[in-house]
Amino acid sequence: MLRFNPEQMAERVAQDIPDGAYVNLGIGIPTKVSNYVAGDKQVIYHSENGILAVGPAPAPGEENPNLINAGKQYVTLLPGGCYFDNAESFAIMRGGHLDIAVLGAFQVSATGDLANWATNNDKFPPAVGGAMDLAVGARKLFVVMRHTTRENEPKILEQCTYPLTGTGVVQRIFTDLAVIDVTPDGLRVVELFGENTFEEVQALTGARLLPPA
Amino acid sequence: MIDKRVNSFKDAVADIPDGAVIMIGGFGSSGIPLKLIEALRQHGATGLTIISNNAGVAEEGIASLLRDGLVSKIVCSFPRSAGSIWFEKRFEEGSVELELVPQGTLSERIRIAGAGIGGFLTPTGYGTRLAEGKETRVINGKGYVLELPLPADYALVRAECGDPWGNLVYNTAGRNFNPMMASAARVTIAEVNSIVEVGGLNPEHVVTPGIFVDRLVAEEVDHAQV
Repeated sequence: MLRFNPEQMAERVAQDIPDGAYVNLGIGIPTKVSNYVAGDKQVIYHSENGILAVGPAPAPGEENPNLINAGKQYVTLLPGGCYFDNAESFAIMRGGHLDIAVLGAFQVSATGDLANWATNNDKFPPAVGGAMDLAVGARKLFVVMRHTTRENEPKILEQCTYPLTGTGVVQRIFTDLAVIDVTPDGLRVVELFGENTFEEVQALTGARLLPPA
Repeated sequence: MIDKRVNSFKDAVADIPDGAVIMIGGFGSSGIPLKLIEALRQHGATGLTIISNNAGVAEEGIASLLRDGLVSKIVCSFPRSAGSIWFEKRFEEGSVELELVPQGTLSERIRIAGAGIGGFLTPTGYGTRLAEGKETRVINGKGYVLELPLPADYALVRAECGDPWGNLVYNTAGRNFNPMMASAARVTIAEVNSIVEVGGLNPEHVVTPGIFVDRLVAEEVDHAQV
């Protein structure tokens, strides 16, 4: 089977980011998406700590220690960008003003439930950050994640077994094998990468899939 | 005559008692009042409740308070980061209680504490473990969780520049939680890079009105004393 690497996964997500969109990218593979958005599209990136129009990493020596993104990496501000406090930043997120949020996930359910903030290991301290606010607030929520765990267990399930981040919040799942939409009818495969077949992807999925329309 | 300037970081935190509830501004490494935290650590008050987005990394900031055993409870959204060794150690041994709050709920609970609001209904966390035990309500088919204000005894905030009346301007994303925290504590102490004379800040640029700030300490003043 063809398994996309994280760069290819990010590149595929970037194809679905339209010109003019206000977008929040989560930590990890989602952060890479901005590297692949075509140069003729104008996309404004929001960072939860209080930035609109996040620019690329600064040149070495040009870093401002205050100017970081949600992943704590140094960034810059594009002309036209602005700063605001955290409560206003989350009003942007919760209030439905962002067009798209892209998040990583541990698990997604057949009805679009998202689990991405905690495992069932109570000894491991949990951390939630802004994930729950983005999950309920963004107009569209894209999840990008490997189709299975390292142990080849499915991450797309009828019901999540990890604690939920939000219920019925995911619209589209980009994995390393396929693109899958959460629809009122169920999970519909909309794209299979390379020569991957529907049956192969279904065999690695813990929920029933609908074939491409 | 109003002049909120204090001569040293040590003096600024000298009255903080054991068991105080303290807000500390910052997000990741950005906009943290590190000198006030170091003064608080040396001051040595114990049994503190710390309200902050993160729990500090390495040996700096909130991590140093955890290391020294001064913290009994932490209220935050993202305690675990690369290098948050002292939080993880204290959490594992059970000496620090954690109240985990989604980030937007944390900033809004702080904001309403400063704004005199008794609670708010948020969709964030509805149907999740973080809403367990909380009142919920369905409005127009959408579920909401009742969240209550989160006030504090003290707020330690970080700004770029202030004036003797306590008006503050910030540096880029260093603003983060600082403005809400400044409004939500009984005593707000601001650490700034520099202090200008009254009237020296463009009033259109002031982010935190001075009425929210009680004490102001500048790095340069402290350096001069050393």
